[in-house]
Amino acid sequence: MSSSTSDEASPQGNPTEDLLPNGAVLATRLADGEWHRLHPATPLLRGGLFIIALGGIVLSQLKQQLIDLVLGGPHAHDDGDALGFVTRDGRLVPILLIVVAVLVLIVVVFYLSWRVHTFRITDEVVEVRSGLIRRSYRKGRLDRIQGINIVRPFFARILGAARLEIDVAGHDANVRLDYLSSSNADGLRLDILRLASGSKEREQEQARLADPRGFVEQRVSEFVAPELDPNVAPPESVVKVHVGRLIGSILLHDTTFALILLIVAGAVGSVAIGRGFAIIILVPFVLALGSFLFRRFTRSLRYSIAATPDGVRVGFGLLTLSNETLPPGRIHSVQVRQPILWRFPGWWEIKVNRASKSNAKGADAQRNTTILPVGNLNDVLKVLGLLLPSLGDESTALLRDGIVGTGGASGFTNSPSRARVIRLLSRQRNGFASAPGMVLLREGAIWRRLTIVPEARVQSVAITQGPIYRALAVAHVHVHTVVGPVRAELGAVDRDVAIDFFNRVSLEVVEAVRSDATHRWLAEEKHA
Amino acid sequence: MTRRLELAGIDWRRVSPKYVIVDIAGWVVLTIGMVVAASVPVLVSGFTPLWLIPAIVLVIMLIIVAFIPRRVRAIGYQLRDDDLLFRRGLLFQRFVSVPYGRMQLVDITRGPVSRILGLSDLHFVTAAASSGVMIPGLLVADAEELRDRLVELAETRRAGL
Repeated sequence: MSSSTSDEASPQGNPTEDLLPNGAVLATRLADGEWHRLHPATPLLRGGLFIIALGGIVLSQLKQQLIDLVLGGPHAHDDGDALGFVTRDGRLVPILLIVVAVLVLIVVVFYLSWRVHTFRITDEVVEVRSGLIRRSYRKGRLDRIQGINIVRPFFARILGAARLEIDVAGHDANVRLDYLSSSNADGLRLDILRLASGSKEREQEQARLADPRGFVEQRVSEFVAPELDPNVAPPESVVKVHVGRLIGSILLHDTTFALILLIVAGAVGSVAIGRGFAIIILVPFVLALGSFLFRRFTRSLRYSIAATPDGVRVGFGLLTLSNETLPPGRIHSVQVRQPILWRFPGWWEIKVNRASKSNAKGADAQRNTTILPVGNLNDVLKVLGLLLPSLGDESTALLRDGIVGTGGASGFTNSPSRARVIRLLSRQRNGFASAPGMVLLREGAIWRRLTIVPEARVQSVAITQGPIYRALAVAHVHVHTVVGPVRAELGAVDRDVAIDFFNRVSLEVVEAVRSDATHRWLAEEKHA
Repeated sequence: MTRRLELAGIDWRRVSPKYVIVDIAGWVVLTIGMVVAASVPVLVSGFTPLWLIPAIVLVIMLIIVAFIPRRVRAIGYQLRDDDLLFRRGLLFQRFVSVPYGRMQLVDITRGPVSRILGLSDLHFVTAAASSGVMIPGLLVADAEELRDRLVELAETRRAGL
């Protein structure tokens, strides 16, 4: 252990005196390129809670005997139970000694594992090393950061701790700092984002000094504080999701609808064939429905989205709070879509593809890829403005047309009329358009979708044609991005138009890739 | 009016004609397997008209095999200034363009039949699983040269994700 390692929990000095070599001012002392330790409660939160739970179970099991023992009740010296066995003459002391020894051992192991679990953040990388016997070492490059997530699980919130997850491109390539104290987590995210942005002339941000209030008041104030820290983000969310709308949207969602339909059909079917007990096979579906409803609800509650200088910040969660900052250029494709029953209230959801895939427990797919759980058209346009800032106000008409419009008035190229056979209802919507640096694909008359892909994020472009398409002289266009819920492709495009699209977009992608500098998103401004 | 997909002005580089043998070998193995599987019903039941199933399977597979030489001739690639163009398919055509900067890795693999014939397959992998560019049937020396060239091109046009 290097002597320079300092505790995360140690009192912060005057943060404004901590200058990086390049003169940057940081909000915390944790990103200074030295090794630091995590929150002292880390081992407890990571693995120790089950021991507390175990203790609780043992206690509740032995409650009656304990009461009897103290009060001298009738069961105090029964041989039949564990407590009676323990308290019989001469065994109490050695057994207590063993218990104490085990407890001491656990504490020592916890302490040591906390001692060796350290992290370091430099201008280039973030590194975490841990493990007493099996050493592990993880390193993430700052210019490959796809997002930084602060998660506050319920128990950690009580102790004022938070988990910082740094998503680096790749499958389960996250670097996790669990746990940090809540206030440090917010500051450290800001620091990491600033380091990653490549911006050298950073604003002299007034960092928050040590809070003079006591532990309890501080905890309470953090607990009730809004998810978005007013010091580091504009306080109000761009979009508000009311609980009523959220509940409605979940109940009207396609998945809910399909599951309910399945359950009803199964129930009716099993009654109809006169075998009522066959309903048992529906239990998994009911459970799936319940967990879907619950997860979607708790994950989407207290939703907020706001722009920060370092990207879009999305937060939600009821018991476990999560808020994630996505730096610019980390969104590989965006899809606005409408489940069929959402059409009547006019709601939409927005999903994105991202390069990082978190395998971590609790970081489920919805949190990672659903940017807007539900919103009306205005909300959608606002969120799109945040996600794709290069689409200015002049693109609003195009976007609106892409989401709800038909025809080619605003620049969409639709399928030819001979493709009516394969796009019976949606021929007037089935088309593409381009905005500066973007490809827009519009599909569906019943399940309406608009897919937007920034050209700087496109991995490859393809056109395909099968025998039916050949007979109609149309083709399928594909824009490949990293894996995710969004598939950017469009069928039934006129053959010549598709070839033009292929030639044009493949050239534009090369150009967009060349001029893209979002991996150090603020560095450009320094030169300007 | 041409209905097929075709890109104007591209001088496609083709793969080795010997790849036909590799492809046929693969399909023959598959055909034998499928015909055997399709024969199971008739062998179990002894009902003679069921021989029709393996017969149909055999005919379909033979038609597929008969088109292999043309399918192999339809495979092509071209190194343009900034991207790799790749095409394949006769009935189901597919054209892909991958900018060099998007390359995550290049991989050369060789199956048993390919090895005997001195051929290898080159996989061009990007961050998107669906890019799926695999140039089969390259002579070993050509494949290695192409790999080095692609790596070199990718280096000079390096980009983030």
